[in-house]
Amino acid sequence: MKKAGRRKGKVVIPGFGITMGITVSMLSILILIPLASVMAYSFKMSPFEFVKLITKPGVVNAFATSIGCAFVAAVINAVFGVMIAWVLVRYDFFGKRFIDGIIELPFALPTAVAGITLTKMYSDNGFLGKALERIGIKAAYTKIGIIIAMVFIGIPFVVRAIQPVLEKLPKSCEEAGLMLGASRAVIFRKIIFPEIMPPLLTGFGLALARGIGEYGSVIYISGNSEKNKTQVVSYIIMQKLNSGNVDYEGAAAIALILLIISFIMLFAINIVQHVASKRTSA
Amino acid sequence: MKRSREKIVKWLLIGITVIFLLFMLVLPMVEVIYRALKDGLETYKTALTAKNTLSALRVTLIATVIALTVNTILGIIMAWQVTKFDFKGKNILSTLIDIPFSISPVIAGLAFIMTFGRSGWAKPVIDGINNALGTDIVLVFSVPAVVLATIFVTFPFISREIIPILHAQGRTEEEAAALMGASGMTIFRKVTFPHIKWGLVYGMILCTARAFGEFGAVYAVSKARGKTFTLPLEVDALYMSGTADSITQAFAVSSLLVGMAVIVLILKNIVEYRGKSKKSV
Repeated sequence: MKKAGRRKGKVVIPGFGITMGITVSMLSILILIPLASVMAYSFKMSPFEFVKLITKPGVVNAFATSIGCAFVAAVINAVFGVMIAWVLVRYDFFGKRFIDGIIELPFALPTAVAGITLTKMYSDNGFLGKALERIGIKAAYTKIGIIIAMVFIGIPFVVRAIQPVLEKLPKSCEEAGLMLGASRAVIFRKIIFPEIMPPLLTGFGLALARGIGEYGSVIYISGNSEKNKTQVVSYIIMQKLNSGNVDYEGAAAIALILLIISFIMLFAINIVQHVASKRTSA
Repeated sequence: MKRSREKIVKWLLIGITVIFLLFMLVLPMVEVIYRALKDGLETYKTALTAKNTLSALRVTLIATVIALTVNTILGIIMAWQVTKFDFKGKNILSTLIDIPFSISPVIAGLAFIMTFGRSGWAKPVIDGINNALGTDIVLVFSVPAVVLATIFVTFPFISREIIPILHAQGRTEEEAAALMGASGMTIFRKVTFPHIKWGLVYGMILCTARAFGEFGAVYAVSKARGKTFTLPLEVDALYMSGTADSITQAFAVSSLLVGMAVIVLILKNIVEYRGKSKKSV
C-alpha cells in the first residue's frame, strides 16, 4: 500500500536523474572533496603529534578565546535580538522601517571593513575608545574588543530568526492571559517565551557558530597577542599558512577540530528545527 | 496606572533598541565615511584610482559575477532536487549543502590549498589536464583560486532561500503539469519559477553581498597584491601598512564597499517589500 503510494509520487515530475547528478557531483567537487583534503592532511600526523599540537598552550588558549567570546557575544545578541524583534513587531514609531532595513548590515558589509572601523572607533584615539577609557575600560586589543566585533556580526541572526514567529503569534493568546489576570511578566514568560524558544536557540546557535569561526572582523580589534590571550583560532590557522613559517599539517589539525565543532553545532541546530517543526505541525 | 506603565516600558524598549543599533550599526558607517574624507577629496580620489585599487575592483567583480552565476544555477537545481523528489539521504544532502554556512571561511581557503596546492593530492590531476590541453591553469594563489573560494562561501545562499518556498508550495502543480505532458524546462519556467522569483532575487542579493565582501577564505588563497587581491584584501593591505596616509586610503577603499553594502540593503528591502505585497494579494 505504502509502496504503491510512493511510486506514484516518484515518477511524475521529470528531472530526478539529472538534478541528482549535478547536485551530488558539484557538492562533492566544490565542498566535500576540499574539506576531505583537510581531514586527510591532518591524518598525516601521528596521533601523538596531533594531540601534542592541539594541546599547545597557544592553541588551547585560542580555542578558549574563540569559544568563550563567541558565547558571550551570542548571549548578548540573544538578549538584544529578542528585544529588537519585539520592538520591530509590536510597536510603531518614527524610523522603524529604517531600523528594520539596516539589521542585515553586518551581512552586507565586508568583514574587513567592519573590523578596521570598529578598531578605530574603540582604540584609545577613537571617540568611543576615549569615552570607555575614562571609565576604566580598555576595549580595543582585549577580549572586550573581540566580543564587540562578534556582537556586530551576529546581530541579524537572532532578530531574523524570531521576527517571523512573533509576527505569527496571535495577539489573542496574550489577551486571554491578560483577561485571566496574568501580569505582563507572567504573560511573557509563560506564553510568548515558549513560542520563541526554538527560533531563539537557532539564532543563538548560528551566531555562536559564526563567532567561533570568525576571522575578518575580529583580527584587527583583537590585537592578536599570545600573551594577552587575544588570538582566535582562525588567526592561528592563518598564521600557519603565511610564508616564512608554513605549517600545513598544523593548520589542518586545528582546522579539523574547528570543523568537528561546526558539525556538532550544525547538527544541534537541525535537531532544534526538526523538533520545533514537529511540534507546530502536531 | 497600568496604561502609563505600559507606555514607559514601550518607550524604554524602543529607546534601548535605537541606541544599541545606533552604536553598533550606524556609527561605524559614519566613521568609515568620516575617516575616508578626513584628508580631503583629492586624497580620496587618488586612493580610489590607485592601480592596486582598480586591479582589486576588477578581481572582486570577476569573482562576484562568476560565483553568483554558478551558485544561482546550482542553487535552483539543488532546491528542485531536495523539494520535488523523495529519496534516501535527503536530509543529509540538505545538511551538507548548508556546510559552508557554519564553518570558518579560513577553513575554506585552507581546503583549496590542501587540494590543489603544491603538495595537494589533486595537483597532478591539474598538471595532467594542463599538459593535455596545453593550458596553464593554477588553482591556488591565483584569480581562479579566489573565484573557487568565493563560490565555496556563498554556495548555500540561493538554495536556502528557495527551499522553504518550494516546500510550502508543494508538488501538486508540477505533477499536474507533468501529467499534461509538459517537459521539465517548461514546468520550471511556467509553474515553479513564478513562485520562487522573489526568493531567488533575494538569495542572489545576499550571495552578491557575501561574494564581494569575503575576506578570510580569499585571504588564504590570494597573495599577490595588484594581481589577485580583492577589494577587502586591498583594504587590509593598506590598513596594515600602518602609516596615517595608508590608513586613510584603507578607509577610502572601504567607503566604496560601504556604498556597495548600502545598495545591497536597499535592493533587499525593495525585494522584500514587493515579495510581501505580492503574497498578501
